Formats: sequence, C-alpha cells, structure tokens
Amino acid sequence: MIETRSLKKTFGLRPVLRGVDLAVAPGECLALMGPNGAGKTTLLRILATLSKPTAGLVRVAGLPLPAAAGEVRRRLGVVAHHPLLYADLTAHENLEFYARLYGLTDYDQRIAAVLEQVGLAARRHDLVRTFSRGMQQRLAIGRALLHNPQVMMFDEPYTGLDPHASEMLDEVLAAARWAGRTTLLTTHDLARALALADRVAILARGVIVFNALCREVDPLIFAETYAAAVQ
Amino acid sequence: MLPPSSSPALEADPQAAALAAGSAGARLSNYGRAVGAVLWKDLAAELRSKELISSMLVFALLVILIFNFALALDRTARENVAAGVLWVITAFTGTLGLNRSLAQEKDRGSLDGLLLAPIDRSALYFGKMLGNILFIGAIQVILLPVFTVLFNVNMLQPLLLLIVLLGTIGYSAVGTLLASLAVHSRSRDVMLPILLFPVALPVLVAAVTATGNVLIAASWDEISPWINLLLVYDVIFIAVAFMLFEYVVEE
Repeated sequence: MIETRSLKKTFGLRPVLRGVDLAVAPGECLALMGPNGAGKTTLLRILATLSKPTAGLVRVAGLPLPAAAGEVRRRLGVVAHHPLLYADLTAHENLEFYARLYGLTDYDQRIAAVLEQVGLAARRHDLVRTFSRGMQQRLAIGRALLHNPQVMMFDEPYTGLDPHASEMLDEVLAAARWAGRTTLLTTHDLARALALADRVAILARGVIVFNALCREVDPLIFAETYAAAVQ
Repeated sequence: MLPPSSSPALEADPQAAALAAGSAGARLSNYGRAVGAVLWKDLAAELRSKELISSMLVFALLVILIFNFALALDRTARENVAAGVLWVITAFTGTLGLNRSLAQEKDRGSLDGLLLAPIDRSALYFGKMLGNILFIGAIQVILLPVFTVLFNVNMLQPLLLLIVLLGTIGYSAVGTLLASLAVHSRSRDVMLPILLFPVALPVLVAAVTATGNVLIAASWDEISPWINLLLVYDVIFIAVAFMLFEYVVEE
C-alpha cells in the first residue's frame, strides 16, 4: 500500500533522505520514529505528494508518485504539524470547505458524523480561532477522515494534545486499523508507538535503521536501539 | 523496479471512483465547484476578519488624500494626473491584498491543505484570483466616488468602469501568479512588487492611457486600442497562469 525504494531527497547540497526502503502492507499501521531532523516530515511530505523525491521509487495506495499524485490525494488523509484549518471559519464551515474540495456531495450528514466522532459536535458553529490546540487537532483529524481515505498519515499528532484528546486520537487510530486503513504515524512516544502500531521503524540520518513488527519487539531493547539511533 | 500495484485493502471511495471516471462535463463541474469553494472560503473568512479589506481601504484612502493635498492643482491639471493617481493607488493597494491572500495560507500552514486536495491546481489559482479581483474591486467601489469628489473628475462613467474592471482583472491575474511565487521567499513583501510591477507594466500603461483618454472625452478610436490591449493582456496572463500555477506552487 505504501512502498519506497532507494528514496532520496536533497535540499540544495544537503541530503535529507539517503535511500529509504520502506513497505507498509494494506491495512497495516506503521509507527515511524526518529530524532528531530532525521527526515520523518520530509518522508511524509513526499508520500503525501507535497514534495517530489530527488531519486528512488515511491508508491502510495498502489499508485506511483509523483505520476499519479492526483489519484493518490483522493485516497489520502493527512494530519500534519499545522491543523490546516481556517481560524475565521467555524468547525462546520472548515469541514464544508474541504468536503467541497474533495468533491463530496450531500456532505452535511458526513460532517455531522465526523464532528461527533472527534467530539466537537457541540462546537460545530464556533469559530476555530476560539478552539484550543487540542480541539484544533481533533478537528484536523476530522478533516483528514472526511473523505473516508484508504491511507492515513499522521505527523506527530500527539503534540499539544491533552490526555482526553490523546485518548480520542488513540480511538481514531484503532478505528482506522479496524476499518482496514493503511496508516503511517510519526511519533516520539515509544510506548504509544508499540501499543498502537503493527510495525515500528526508526529513521535516523536519512535511512531506516530499524524496522520490525511490534509484537516481535522487546520494549527495553527497542528503547536502547532508539537511544543509540538518536545519538 | 517496484512490484506491480498491490490490491488495496479498501475499495476506492465510490464517489472518488465516479469522479475519476467521470465525463468531461462532470470533471468541469467538479473544477467549477473547487474554484467556487476556494472563493467562498476566502470571502467568508474575510467577511469575518475584515483584515485584508480594512488595511487595503485605509491605505487607499490615505494615499488618495496625500495625493489630493500634495497636488494642489487646478481642474485641468487634476484631470491630467487623475488617471495616473488612480492606477498608482490601485497598484499599491492591490499589492497589499495580493501579498496577504497567499501569505496568510502559507503562515497558517493551510496552503498544504489546499495542495493536498485532489483537484487541478489551477482551480486554486482561479479561486484565489477571483477573490483578489473582488477585494480590489470592493476597494475601487469606495475609491471611485471619493476620487470623483476630491479630484472633481467624473470617475463613474460606464466606459471607465469597464477599463477599471479589465485593468483589475489583468493586474490580479498576473499578481496572483507572482504572489504564489513570492510566498515561498523569506523577503516576500519586497519580492512581490519587484516581480510584479515590471510584468504588470503593460496593463498599467494601457489602463492609465485608456482612463486618461476617457477623462478628456477622447474619441473611441483613441480609446479602443488600449482597451484591446487590456483584453489581450488579460487573456494571455490568465492562460499563462493556468499553465504555470502547478509548477509555481510545487515545493
């Protein structure tokens, strides 16, 4: 469902990804970990069609990138660092805007269902500028779920979330797995990564240095491996 | 080489599949909806915040007052400079709006949200361009009567309104494209005018000359070539932007 081979990305003379080989099977949840500056966000931006690779091959939802970027976008839901929302629109208006961009028709029911799912139904007519960071992140998750994507990508989604919002996000990720969505998640939370994902990988200095099924990973050994990778 | 595409865990969203396989008419309809969505979002957000319009309006009124007092001229002299003053104000005020319309998206990170949408990137351009035309147009609706009073020239003539419309379309067409280019620059506030003014020179020259000719009640033969030039400029730059916008917004 998601696959990269010898993926490289260079900004000017600075290589950020030095040959990433990664595969996420359909319906699988991969937690991608790594220190700051390892290239996680760059990798996600390439997979999300927001950036083009310098070299290597990329497939998302079984489609090659960047050739089939338009079709990939239709099948993709992304929760990024920024919530990708408009502060001067209400929660409902934000979702209505994205529903129209994604070509959804009769979207009112879908918007209501998504707002219910992320726990913002009571605040649907409030301006997003009045929302806390956690509420904005919940709405961002709702935006990413709106068009019922096959593939979901979360870039450090727990940043700034309170425990209640983190629990809601855990439920969203569990629901995504249950629905058979392929999920890629970047995080610094080792325990959460092992608890939520099927597979965990560590990206360090632009390459994958560790990649294993979570059920086969010893948490202590994994923590040591991660610490070594960060250093 | 990568192996052939594996079968997806989920079937493609039926609506998405229908859109992908849809007829040209359906695709055109979807394109129009995307343009409309971007325009609706910009207008709705601006009506709430009034951030852009208020700064553009205050700036435009200040400049017109400064020109009015600085050029303490007689009626004939005022008629001679009125066209130039009108388009100088439009150009500077428009630059403010053009800069902010895309800079806001970039600063708030919402530009990625637009780029992640499964729509032709040129639909984003047309939505943004139409928004910019409406914002500059809204300022001109207020500016022209004020101009008429302060400069004692009739700015509310149908032919002059047509010239203002064509000039605004041309300026917004090229301005929206170049603002998309400048938004990635750290010095974008300076970058946009530097990029825009040389490229927009033909539209400004044509608009100033056509406006001046209307104000001195010149014949149609003297006015029409400049209106034709505005039309041609508008068509060319909209076509160029349609083709280039995707590459301009790429990272």
